[in-house]
Parts: sequence; C-alpha cells; structure tokens
Amino acid sequence: MKPTDIAAPDYFHKVVDCQWACPAHTPVPEYIRLIAQGRYSDAYMINWKSNVFPGILGRTCDRPCEPACRRGRVEETPVAICRLKRVAADFKDDIKQRLPRPSPKNGKRVALIGGGPASLTVARDLAPLGYHCTVFDADPEAGGMMRTQIPKFRLPNSVIDEETGYILDLGVEFKGGHRIDSMKSLLAEKYDAIFVGSGAPRGRELDIPGRKEAAANIHIGIEWLANVSFGHTDKIGKRVIVLGGGNTAMDCCRTARRLGGEKVTVVVRSGFEEMKASPWEKEDAIHEDIPILNYMVPVAFKHVAGKLIGVTFQHVKAEYDAKGRRNLVPSGDPDQTIPCDDVLVAVGQENAFPWIEQDCGIEFDKWHMPKVDPTTFVSTNPKVFFGGDAAFGPKNIIWAVAHGHDAALSIHRLLSGEDVSERPLPEVHVTSQKMGIHEWSYDNDISNDKRFKVPHRDKVIALKDIRTEVELGYDVKLALGEAHRCLNCDVQTVFSTSLCIECDACADICPMDCITFTDNGEENDLRQRLKAPSPRPDQDLYVSSDLKTGRVMVKDEDVCLHCGLCAERCPTGAWDMQKYFIEMTHAGSACPTKSRSAA
Amino acid sequence: MTYIAKPKFHHPGLKKNELGYTHRDYEGKISTLCAGCGHDSITASIIEACYELSIEPHRVAKISGIGCSSKTPDYFLGNSHGFNSVHGRMPSVLTGANLANRDLIYLGVSGDGDSASIGFGQFAHSIRRGVNMTYIVENNGVYGLTKGQFSATADRGSKSKKGVTNTDNAIDLVAIALQLGATFVARSFSGDKTQLVPLIAAAIRHKGASFIDVISPCIAFNNHAGSTKSFDYVREHNDAVNRLDVLVGRDPIAVDYAPGTVQLVEQHDGSRIALRKIDADYDPHDRLGAQTFLAKHAAKGQIVTGLLYVDPDAEDLHEHLNTVETPLNTLEADTLCPGSAVLDKINASLR
Repeated sequence: MKPTDIAAPDYFHKVVDCQWACPAHTPVPEYIRLIAQGRYSDAYMINWKSNVFPGILGRTCDRPCEPACRRGRVEETPVAICRLKRVAADFKDDIKQRLPRPSPKNGKRVALIGGGPASLTVARDLAPLGYHCTVFDADPEAGGMMRTQIPKFRLPNSVIDEETGYILDLGVEFKGGHRIDSMKSLLAEKYDAIFVGSGAPRGRELDIPGRKEAAANIHIGIEWLANVSFGHTDKIGKRVIVLGGGNTAMDCCRTARRLGGEKVTVVVRSGFEEMKASPWEKEDAIHEDIPILNYMVPVAFKHVAGKLIGVTFQHVKAEYDAKGRRNLVPSGDPDQTIPCDDVLVAVGQENAFPWIEQDCGIEFDKWHMPKVDPTTFVSTNPKVFFGGDAAFGPKNIIWAVAHGHDAALSIHRLLSGEDVSERPLPEVHVTSQKMGIHEWSYDNDISNDKRFKVPHRDKVIALKDIRTEVELGYDVKLALGEAHRCLNCDVQTVFSTSLCIECDACADICPMDCITFTDNGEENDLRQRLKAPSPRPDQDLYVSSDLKTGRVMVKDEDVCLHCGLCAERCPTGAWDMQKYFIEMTHAGSACPTKSRSAA
Repeated sequence: MTYIAKPKFHHPGLKKNELGYTHRDYEGKISTLCAGCGHDSITASIIEACYELSIEPHRVAKISGIGCSSKTPDYFLGNSHGFNSVHGRMPSVLTGANLANRDLIYLGVSGDGDSASIGFGQFAHSIRRGVNMTYIVENNGVYGLTKGQFSATADRGSKSKKGVTNTDNAIDLVAIALQLGATFVARSFSGDKTQLVPLIAAAIRHKGASFIDVISPCIAFNNHAGSTKSFDYVREHNDAVNRLDVLVGRDPIAVDYAPGTVQLVEQHDGSRIALRKIDADYDPHDRLGAQTFLAKHAAKGQIVTGLLYVDPDAEDLHEHLNTVETPLNTLEADTLCPGSAVLDKINASLR
C-alpha cells in the first residue's frame, strides 16, 4: 500500500466516525469535551454553527452519528451523542451576544419557500452576509414540520420558538400564513435567488375498500398531527389503529394515547425489525403500552352505516428471492379484523409541487421530483435551489440542515459572480495535544461506564397532558458520566516515520492491538497479517512509508481508543496525539481557493 | 511513566486460547519502565508465549531479583505467583521454591547486573544443578537504574552514552551457561518477537535448566552509536542460526517448509520444536560445537541468536536428588514423619 496521505482533509475526518456520519459534519467529540468541562455555551455554539438547531436536534435527531460511533464497536452501546447535544442546549447561558448581528443589506433578495429546517438554515447562513431573506410559510409560525409534525411531548414549543427566533432575529423577514401558490408569479417578483424548502407535505393515501365510506374516522397521520399541534384536534376514539412503521406512526400512536386513545395498536406490513422507525421511538411507544403487530397488510376498512368499526388485515410472511429481495406473501392464516373507532394512516410521505408551473424552467424527473444537483442543490433553473425533503424526498431534520448549508453556499457564490459548481475546501486544523511527557490536553483515561439512561417523566403523568415533555434530559452529573464515555476520536494518532526506531513499544502497549510492524503488501493481504483481525474494510489502514528495517507501520483505525498510550510509550515522539478540527465550508467562510473533489 | 491504567477494552475479534483466555488476560500492571524499553517487548513476548501455550496463570511462579529487568514480572501474568527477591538472589529463591513444589512452572527473570555481577555465583549454581526453570536475562549492558554505568556484559571497546570506552572484558552468559551444563540455551533480541516468542515457549516446555539471554536495548542509556546493545547495532550484527515454531499436542507441521530445512526436536513432554535452519551446518545438539561457534562469531563482532543448544532428554534437579513425585509442600505430616520404627530401621541400616 502507498503511505497514507494524512494531509487529505477526509482521511482523519473519516476516523471521527460520528462527525463523518453526520450530514452536517458536527464536530461531535469537540462539543462533548466542552460539555465535560462544563462549557455548555461553547458546546452549544459549536453545534449551532454546524447544525443550527441543537436544542431541537438534541431531542429529535435521527442520530446517524450513533450507529457510527466507535464506542459501539468496542462495547455494546455508542455514546448518547444526541442527548448530550440537548445537555448543551439545556444548560447553556444566554448566548444571544455570541450570535451574528444583522448586517447592512447588500441589496440582494432571496426568497425561501417553507419555514422548516432547510429554509431556515439557508437564511441563517445568508442573512449575516447582508442578503435580504424572505421566508414564506403557510403556517403562522416558523419551524415547518418541526412544529407541525413532531408532538409537543417530544419537542416543546419553547425550544422551537427559541431556535427559530435566533435565525429570524438576524433580520430575516418571515411571512407566516402566506402560502406560495405559483412559482411563476414568485419568479416575476425578481428575487435574485429562490430556495424551495417546502418539505414533503403530503401524507400517502391508503386506497383500500371502505376508505371513502368510513372517511370521517380515517385520518392522514401528518395532517392529523398538524391539527393536534395547532389545537384544532383534541380528542380521538378509545380504540385507535395506527397503520405504518415509521417515526410518524410512532408520533401518531403516542399522541393518540394522550388524546383519549385507551387501546392504541400499531400495525405494520413488514417485520418489527425492518420498521423504519428509530429503535428508541419504538421502545418509547411500547413503554406507553402500545403493541406493535407485524406482518399484517390492511385489506379493508370495515364500516356500518358510514361508521368505521374496524380494519381487516391479511397475515403475510417474508420470502426472499434469489437476489435476496424480500417479498411479502400471504402466510395462509385467516384474515383478522381488529375493531377500532379511528384509524391513523402513516404509511409514508410524498412530495407535491402543484404550484410549480411547467414553464418555469424547472424540470422534473419521471418520479415527479425536480432535477436537483446533489452537490450544489441547484435546479435546472439556475436561480432556483431545492433542499431538505423537497429536494430528494423525505429524510430528516439533520439532512435538511446539511442541504441548507450547501444551498446557501451555492446561492452566495451565484450572487457573488462565482462558479457555483466549484466547492471551496474546508479548513482543517491539526494541533498537537502534548502538554508534558505524559500529559495531554484531553482526558485520555478511558471510562468503563455503560451508556447512561436518560430519565423519563413518570408514565402516568406523561400520558395526562400532550404538552408535557416525556424525556427530562440528563442532569449535569449524568451528562458528565456520559461525556466521559466519548473516545475523543478527533484526537488523532499521528506517526512520523523518520523518528521511529522500531522498538515495538507502541504495538506492545496498544490495548486494542491496532498497530502492526510488518512487510508492506496490498491492502487485502496486509489486512490478513495484522496483529488482530481486521473485519471492516470501510475503516482505513494508516500505513507509514518504509522504515529502517524495510517494514512499514500499519495501524487499523477500526477500534483505536485514542487513549494515546502509543504516544506515551514512544521513546522518540514518533507518535503524537493531534487534535483534528475541520471547519466545513459554509457561505461566507474565508475559503481557501483550492477546489476539492471528495465529499 | 504512564499514569493511566491500560484500558480494559480489548479488540472484539481477539482469539482465545484453549482456556478461553485472550492474550490480554496474561497481562500485569502497566509498565513503569522508560518509554521504549526493550524489557517491555520481552514482557509482551512472555505474555504471548504463555497465551499460546494456554498456560494456567496460577500454575506459574515468576521470581526476580533487583533491577529494571527484575521489575518486569509486575507487568505480566498478573494472576500468577511472584517473588521479588534480594539483588542477585533470584536463583536460590527459585531453587528453593522448585524443591518445595515441583509442579509449578518457574520463570526466573533477571538482568545483566543481577545475574552477571552481584548474582553471578547464584546464576552459575542454579544452572549447574539443572533446576527445572526458564531463566531469562534481559541484557542491556548497562546499569540503567543508576544511570548507565557499564555492566559486566558490556563489550570491551563499546562506548557509554558520554563517550567513555569500556576497558573490561565482557561476560558472555550464554557461553557460561553452555559450559555449566544448561540443557536449553538460546539468545535472542527484544526487537525480534518472531524469534523470541517461540524460544520462550520452547524453554517453558523444556524440562531442565533453560537459559535465554535476550539483548534488550536500554533506550535511556545504551541506544547510541558506539553501543553494541543498541537497536541499530543488534539489527546489523544479528546472526540468527535458526528460527523455530513450537508444536504442542498433535499440531500438524505447517507444509510451507522447504525440504531439508527443518529439524524436529521432540522434548521430554511430547511437545516438538520445528527448527528452521538458517545456518545449514549449525547443530543445536552439539554443546562443544556451539561453544566454538559462539566464540568464533563473537570474535568477529557478531551476535549469534537462535536456539543454540538443546538436550531433549535432559534431567533436572529432582531426578538428581531422587525426590518423590508428589510436591514436597503437599506431603502430609505422617508421610514426612513416618515414626520411630522407620527411624530405627534407617539407623540400623547405617550401623
């Protein structure tokens, strides 16, 4: 193998698995260290810069970082990254003084359609640069799906108000209750750029017999949740069936429990394991006495005189064809009818752009989705950008934020007369953490603690009021314990070939057997000859240039604890622990000019 | 010195030996030696050898004297018996322990000061008695704990860190061990675990006095130009006569040996050593030949490493003394003191 190029910004970035997995590339270990030091405001600001909504995401994020967390490969569970983010939001001081000031306007006008996370991120990035940003939303208040679809017992309004407020206070104009019905007329208003962040607002229908006849008691999940959110709906029947296995279904069933649903049942087509809902959301639903029945396909709504009385299901089983594709086939068991008073349909969301006329220069593909460049988020109309669920279909908040940052960068470059497709390199800092012979400016003593549980409110109290937040969040003590579980993966092991005397001290001390001195070879061959098995080819090998004996140093990054013992036991300083910090390129960052090829 | 404890986590894919232990289970406390010390590599080699042999830690007694090397038993086999004895007195403590309980595996860990200076006599007598043990000297040629004076194994003409030339002749412990009748004699280098680990494993399986001299560079005081015990010097002058694999039980011999290059040595306990010859003419069963070979190469400044001599049918001290099979420390009082009738009989036989 060729010697590893650690100067490439992505090499060490990939070692920080959580940050690499985060669509917005939040510097996770950095903010967790700040939490451990009690510097909550600093931790919050690191988050705010990357993901814009730390308090909201700290309660609702889909957490792609946690399955990626190295700790999960070393013991059973990853660090509770998401809930530590909430800690930063809960315990911070007033951070208003740290936010950017509204700046003098530069005369350029940007229209943002939809007041959700994608649009607000664009506005957050562009407003401080002097752009006049106008956000349009059909709802009276900003937040989009964060406000309408996520129940208040998971995400209180106060948190949404605070974090959307930080953005609107940057001099962003918010036009609530103002639905955009025509792209054409918006284009006629001569905005310099338009960003579409209107989400995936349409709940998918379930067209089976009885749908029309029993319509009064059959509700589309996201519409129903929005009605609950705005107080238009405040009760539901005693027996409720929720159809669907995603996070919306989980929100529906838990909301139904709080509005009078005594016997709430979730029914999914697939197996329990394959459900789209996050495992912790399923857990929370089950904890609230909501059974989840699987491998049952709804075939008809049963009704008597226009009144819904139940849903009939066919039992199915999974069969896999030669290509490993799953098919659901009837299991042969007799159909089952579950009686109910109301049904909530949460079987998916769709995009809908009836308001974009065909002659706007915006092309759509055969799935009726706009043709959007996945890097620049520009549509076929060079002034119109898409982001969030509106761009590539339903994902989640953190993806919308990531899209927003990239789209804002594109808009800024477009309106600065620069090439939109050229993406400036991120700024990377690599700093030695050495303080003394065996002292580091980070805590390298590895905690053996298991993941700390987030305290929940008592179920009886939680179920009484739909606005009572269920999760209480970590207290300071629990947060400190959980923060200590972080392995500081951003503190990198950096090897200098010229200093190494091949004494083996690092290989001997390494608790994870990451380091091997051996003859060089092709990657597959090298992976076979390491001190410990190397089962994850997606985890890089760090290979040195040739050493004095002709061998090379090979380090499997997979399960490195970043404990620094290799550097402590190295007599010549050939190993050093250096903190890697990457500043993702946002609109207006003082960017180096070199363009980059990789993500 | 590292202040944190070595993390308990280990690689999730670590292999386990027959007892279900990983090599991490054979570790001791974290080393307090200087960073990069050769001794730590020997520690790692002992851990690896014991792991590979699936040795039950409680069946091992590790005994040492004084010095950097003698501190190392604290860093391996944390669940074994240990005795950190007086300077140079490891061999007599080990001999006593071995006499009292012949069932344990004895690891004598010593250094060049402990064995070639203050304990030279002790070393000599434990070897010539044929105590069943593995005697490892971690040999760095300097007194590291007292800041780097030449030890008795420092080569004549080699230089100290400050540039002073050694004018005394060196003691070659391997040559002495051969002369005194050790039945397993080897030399290796802390920086060459592929050679050292199987040597330690073979020595542990050997019945009789096994002696391994391990050149172990002292990073702080003896790893400079002019030293003959530095990493660079040893690597340049290392003349390995063979490399070996230890085969326990019915392990098949790996097939990738070129024909005629492997010599099989079956030890007393049925384990086999597959010696891969590097020097085709070297015969590890010829004590006199080994002595001559060593002397010739030493004169040329070469460091001969490998398994230098082995007598697979060796006897040990217990056989010499005709002691009972049962370890003496488990004999009951009525066996140890069979009564006046037996005493009368013995007395009568001597009249």
